Amino acid sequence: MKAQNRRSWLAGAAALAALAAAAPASAQEFPTKPITMIVPFAAGGPTDIIARVMAESMSRTLGQQVIVENVAGAGGTTGITRAAKAAPDGYTIMMGHMGTHGAAPGMYPQLAYNPQTDFEPIGLAAGTAILVVAKKDLPPKDLKEFVAHAKANEAKINQAHAGLGSVSHITCVMLQAEMGTKINAIPYRGTGPAMNDLVAGTVDFMCDQIVSVAQQVRGGTIKAYAIASPQRNPALPDVPTTAEAGLPSFQVSAWNAVFAPKGTPAPIVARLSQALTAAVTDPAARKRLTDLGADVPDAAGASPAALAALVKRENERWIPLLKNAGVVAN
Amino acid sequence: MDVFANLWGGLMVVLKFVPVDIAPGAASFIIPLPVNVLLCLMGALIGTLIGVLPGVGPIATIAMLLPITYKLDPTGALIMLAGIYYGAQYGGSTTAILVNIPGEATSVVTTLDGHQMAKQGRAGAALAIAALGSFFAGSVATVIIAVLGVPLTKLALKFGPADYFSLMVMGLIFAVALARGSVLKALSMVALGLLLSTIGSDLESGEQRLTFGMLELADGIEFATLAMGAIGFAEIMRNLENPETRDVVTGKVTGLWPTKDDFRQSAWPVLRGTAIGSILGILPGNGAVLGPFASYTIEKKIAKDPSRFGRGAIQGVAGPEAANNAGAQTSFIPMLTLGIPPNAVMAIMVGAMTIHGIVPGPQIMTKQPDLFWGMIASMWVGNLMLLIINLPLIGLWVKLLKVPYRLLFPAILLFCCIGVYSINNQPFDVLVTGAFGLLGYFLLKNGFEPAPMLIAFVLGRLMEEKLRQAMLISRGSMWVFVERPLSLGFMIIAVVLLVFALLPAIRSKRDQVFTE
Repeated sequence: MKAQNRRSWLAGAAALAALAAAAPASAQEFPTKPITMIVPFAAGGPTDIIARVMAESMSRTLGQQVIVENVAGAGGTTGITRAAKAAPDGYTIMMGHMGTHGAAPGMYPQLAYNPQTDFEPIGLAAGTAILVVAKKDLPPKDLKEFVAHAKANEAKINQAHAGLGSVSHITCVMLQAEMGTKINAIPYRGTGPAMNDLVAGTVDFMCDQIVSVAQQVRGGTIKAYAIASPQRNPALPDVPTTAEAGLPSFQVSAWNAVFAPKGTPAPIVARLSQALTAAVTDPAARKRLTDLGADVPDAAGASPAALAALVKRENERWIPLLKNAGVVAN
Repeated sequence: MDVFANLWGGLMVVLKFVPVDIAPGAASFIIPLPVNVLLCLMGALIGTLIGVLPGVGPIATIAMLLPITYKLDPTGALIMLAGIYYGAQYGGSTTAILVNIPGEATSVVTTLDGHQMAKQGRAGAALAIAALGSFFAGSVATVIIAVLGVPLTKLALKFGPADYFSLMVMGLIFAVALARGSVLKALSMVALGLLLSTIGSDLESGEQRLTFGMLELADGIEFATLAMGAIGFAEIMRNLENPETRDVVTGKVTGLWPTKDDFRQSAWPVLRGTAIGSILGILPGNGAVLGPFASYTIEKKIAKDPSRFGRGAIQGVAGPEAANNAGAQTSFIPMLTLGIPPNAVMAIMVGAMTIHGIVPGPQIMTKQPDLFWGMIASMWVGNLMLLIINLPLIGLWVKLLKVPYRLLFPAILLFCCIGVYSINNQPFDVLVTGAFGLLGYFLLKNGFEPAPMLIAFVLGRLMEEKLRQAMLISRGSMWVFVERPLSLGFMIIAVVLLVFALLPAIRSKRDQVFTE
């Protein structure tokens, strides 16, 4: 009852704000003041870094600052919930990702938004490939041996992840579904502590984004079995793809994309989309991200239509997978 | 000595003069400037300022200032960001001493005796000892990082979840020892702190615990809301209740500088605090928070007159402050040598490095020696600058206490609210702080002390996490806590400490019974 009251109050306030903003916000003038980009994770993580590189380039195109605001919590859904309720005037946008807009409906029964209907997609910013990594003295030499080892030692080995609903968690749920195993998952708070115990050999393996694992693989403190992308990555050219290594069905990328709240006027969406396209094709921004191992889309891949299709595809893939695995986060 | 050659090289990186165009545009005017030194100074200065503002922590500040560093070269940017971090540690103590508001877990202990000293008119001495103790600890920790960084990393990796859990159990016993009065009251505060730490989503199943359906509580309570509410806001309420005591305090500010006696009493606590803080700082998972608590407990236990603690004992400021700064410094070790951030501040430092195109990893020392050694040398330079910034400021801070309280307290409250909001950009956190203020006032009125609750809250989350991890890995066997030698060692120390903490209480209770 109380929540409902508050929600209707919020809706009223949002409508008022929209009315107030509607008058001056014609597309020619947009933007006339700084734009807030909500990043639903703590500063310093992969999504935050991608958002900041994009925001910097978009600021130059739009002639107004794009300010990153970190609103972390509940696997990113806190920040996205808030951004979804913001006035749809183009001055609040968000950096969503595979978890918040792809997998969240499969994990959070009380999710306050629908990834397909509550947003105006602006475009894909970057994807980061997922690797299967293990402690350096785990016996298997390649992915095939690893799958056999995992099946044979299902009750003995441990998988680490960075917390319920994190990329490292749900991608490993997918890996296990592909391998047909149910291995003990050890939850950590964040990639740092999980990586610490993987380097120390306390846990046996994990899945995570290339940005988080590449340096450790290069330094030889952990080993990588495969990269779950169609091509090898220049950041780690020696790591085979899952297709090469014998598990072609395990294909997954942690994508990050810009959305605006539902109801943002089409000309403003177009202006933002144009700024994002300029950012992904900007050689300096592109190099910054590809140096970290991220895959940056081309202009077509960064279009609003391509993002809408991606969200739909990802929902269809993740929701049944997570429901079957019994992953519930709230 | 290779290390000293490297350190010297690092110092040269910091002191390097770079030709800078100070008037870009039409008339360019190029002069050589020690850019890294200036960046270090700027970082230390900003850090001190935000540290003094309650609640605005280094995490929010570094996040806000990241865009400014885009134009700098990576070494300079990191030197500045590191300066903000340890500057904030320094500034945090100032607020803890002057107005009894701990912005971070590590300055909770400083409120105990530091603020008491301020009330006795000795704020200047407390601030000076905190600054000098921190400088000493920071200098020693810098050398430790340079000389022992790599071997110590191996030690940190030996710490499994079970060992961690046992260390935290030992830390909880410290919490009981922190209390001044009744052990029973202290134990109940520890229990309350542990309960508060269980609020939020379950680590493993995602089940919502004690959130009453509020999404804002899904990630638990923010430490700063609890600390600022239960200690800071409660103190303000008490001061407003009897304004006359407050005026007495501001009236009798004595010398700004510590006496000879103060120095003599502080020397050993600083040395011990430095050692404890350095060791705990290396541990992954924010072991540094234990440092000040451990140091305080030890000083209190070995003091000739433990009853002075909590009533303005300078040892209770000197030791924990040294431990705090040493830990802040050595917590760079896992990040610099392994590329693994041990706490949230280091995680954002890694993010900052990544934005500058350097992803820290195990090879950073060999691949980027200039950056690695430059940063280590900058820590020492930064600590020196903090001392230079802070000692002259002491007079100014002490004068702040003379501002009429009716003007001071609204300002403090306002800054607290801004600070709390800045952590997660959540208005809800400000309301929670207010609620904890009421709780803190109730506790104060009834003779319960908040410090044990706060440490239990911090340790509770870590303990649960490590307990669950250890039990999952051991497939449910409790033996894992006694089979591992490190874990067993901590458990034994914990039991011994508990017996020592309880014995005098039991004895005094019996005496009381007999006298009645």
